[in-house]
Amino acid sequence: MSLNIQNLHANIGEREILKGLNLEIPKGQIHAIMGKNGSGKSTLAKVMAGHPDYEVTAGEVTLDGLNLFEMAEPDERARAGLFVAFQYPMEIPGVTIANFIRAAVQARLPKGEELDAVEYYELLYKKMELLKIPRNFTSRAVNEGFSGGEKKRCEILQMAMLNPVYCILDETDSGLDIDALKIVSEGVNAMRSPERGMLVITHYQRLLDYIVPDVVHVMVDGRIVLSGDKSLALKLEANGYDWVEKEVLQQA
Amino acid sequence: METKPDLNIDRSIGDFHYDVNYEFDAGIGLSERTIDYIADVKKDPDWIRDFRKDALRKFESMPMPTHWASHDLDNIIFQNIRYYLSQGTQPKRSWDDVPEDVKRTFERLGIPEQERKFLAGVEAQFDSEAAYSNIKAAVGDQGVIFVGSTEGLQKHPEIFRKWFGKVIPTGDNKFSALNSAVFSGGSFIYIPPGVKVKHPLQAYFRINAENFGQFERTLIIADEGSEVMYMEGCTAPKFETSTLHSAVVELVALKGAKIQYITVQNWSANVFNLVTKRGLAHEEAEIKWIDCNIGSRLTMKYPGVIMKGRKARGEVISIALAGDGQHQDTGAKMVHAADDTTSNIVSKSISLGSGRSTYRGLVQIGRHLKGCKNNTECDALLINTESRTDTYPAITVRGKENACQHEASVSKISAEQIFYMQQRGISEGAAMSLAVNGFVNDLVQQFPMEYSVELKRLIDLEMEGSVG
Ligand SMILES: Nc1ncnc2c1ncn2[C@@H]1O[C@H](COP(=O)(O)OP(=O)(O)O)[C@@H](O)[C@H]1O
Ligand SMILES: [Mg+2]
Repeated sequence: MSLNIQNLHANIGEREILKGLNLEIPKGQIHAIMGKNGSGKSTLAKVMAGHPDYEVTAGEVTLDGLNLFEMAEPDERARAGLFVAFQYPMEIPGVTIANFIRAAVQARLPKGEELDAVEYYELLYKKMELLKIPRNFTSRAVNEGFSGGEKKRCEILQMAMLNPVYCILDETDSGLDIDALKIVSEGVNAMRSPERGMLVITHYQRLLDYIVPDVVHVMVDGRIVLSGDKSLALKLEANGYDWVEKEVLQQA
Repeated sequence: METKPDLNIDRSIGDFHYDVNYEFDAGIGLSERTIDYIADVKKDPDWIRDFRKDALRKFESMPMPTHWASHDLDNIIFQNIRYYLSQGTQPKRSWDDVPEDVKRTFERLGIPEQERKFLAGVEAQFDSEAAYSNIKAAVGDQGVIFVGSTEGLQKHPEIFRKWFGKVIPTGDNKFSALNSAVFSGGSFIYIPPGVKVKHPLQAYFRINAENFGQFERTLIIADEGSEVMYMEGCTAPKFETSTLHSAVVELVALKGAKIQYITVQNWSANVFNLVTKRGLAHEEAEIKWIDCNIGSRLTMKYPGVIMKGRKARGEVISIALAGDGQHQDTGAKMVHAADDTTSNIVSKSISLGSGRSTYRGLVQIGRHLKGCKNNTECDALLINTESRTDTYPAITVRGKENACQHEASVSKISAEQIFYMQQRGISEGAAMSLAVNGFVNDLVQQFPMEYSVELKRLIDLEMEGSVG
């Protein structure tokens, strides 16, 4: 059981961004992707989620054996268990957090079944407490006027409420101060489970001190070029990315 | 993209038609004979018969306002319309007396249980005549009059005649003239001085005959220091040919009185909905129109308040949703005619597909006045590139000691927003509904609870059809 990405190629317009990406995340593991700005990390997250701007030109992704690209709509993929915590979450004016998450939870219930409001709020408040989010947060419009840190916490709150099988966290650490980073990491760690796989995208190794990955991958120009254990992240932090690129060039 | 049937909504609501045996039928077309037929059937007093005939002459002499309004108006064939139909039943006094098929209609409209309780106090119009009318004992005890317009003019002429046609003169516009000629149905309400009516008074009405225009006429008078809330809502069945709905609603708030008039309308896509609504606010009185227009082929409606007494207040809160092929031409009219009067207009429109929304606002503050304030806010939401929105604010402020504030915005629901919501597992249609409901959320909260639920449902219904 895994999230398995094979030879993934994807374009935006005429331009190829993902150029044959391979990656397998077994259930129960946390993998990290590190890479320079512009290497295609966010593109990978959005392509998997089914963003309409991207075109998949080759390759296959399976979610526990299910062909992801056979699910045309992003919401089908989400209900199949894929969650993306976005680098830049969208604002949805006028839609409260409580109503938004509720609609998302409701969408996962069998047709005709109505969400139990009391149970829903109990769970929501419990998860909010874990993420140290104040109660009055629920009546604010989704991401509207949020600070960077609030947006990221809100993403993790949604993740916690929706119980995904595979999670992709795109630069969840950016915009967080050290206290917020600890809280968010605790929230993510609380979701570590043999039943769940996670992909953490970051370009600082700092996050990986708190969310310790099983495997670290390096992405360069739309491909995974190097994989290793946690020490790879430390090496990248100390020496930058240039040596990786050189190594890749040499191999080629 | 594909639409998934996630919304679980019965598209057929409002799309039904029960056979009704009409006892009285004015036939097709409009002439003095039509007027006489209506006046005879309704046993109108002479002054009303004369009023109708005078109105018919005005209607016939007035041009279509197509120099500023939609040319679609030219497609109304007045000679093909049926101006009066009635089952001939007198207004009923108890629920048991209501014909089964009318009850079924209410049932089918899905009026929530909560609201059914109110039915004991409802004035419901079934086609031309009030098929059911019963005033709650409590309301009656307070001296409140809540009857159909016909009963009002017959039984309470002393109050009725004093105000009828005074806020909206017959010749105000072509359609107020038409209504004045052929009106039937609608409510007459009088609230005695100091009485604060706790329960909202409600009217449900709908069109139920092909090619049959509905011309109800409502007059509400709130005497000094009284308060009342009136709610109307309707769901029209869908017909092949166009139907015309042209109502006139007049409100009079005497010194210190408060009137709130709430409308939630969902017309089928072939209806011309051309309505004139205006209130007259005396000293320190308050008139608030809360108006939601969904559906119809063309709606033209600009609720207004004339603030003729010092410190009077006028407010129009409106939501318009123009679906594919529909045109919502709505707005507000605020006439400041005394010092220290304040008005507030908040208008939100949503245009879908080839739908079109137009906002027309008129604010007038006279040169000799001081201390007057107006705030106008109009926001438009476009669901796709075909949609179109126009705003025509006409603000005439004379005199230096008055203040006007005008804000307008046009926004779109972006593909990024929809994608974000879909990533959470919400279908495209439901995401669209959420975003639209979010856009109008602050206004919806001003509607009474049961109406805000209904409204959300109507928006869901419209949005469901908009994707795919
Ligand atoms: N909407 C877009 N149109 C054109 N190019 C884009 C678009 N979005 C991203 N790109 C390009 O794709 C490349 C990868 O971007 P991205 O996936 O955001 O990188 P990362 O997340 O690793 O910083 C960059 O060169 C970026 O400029
Ligand atoms: Mg990125």
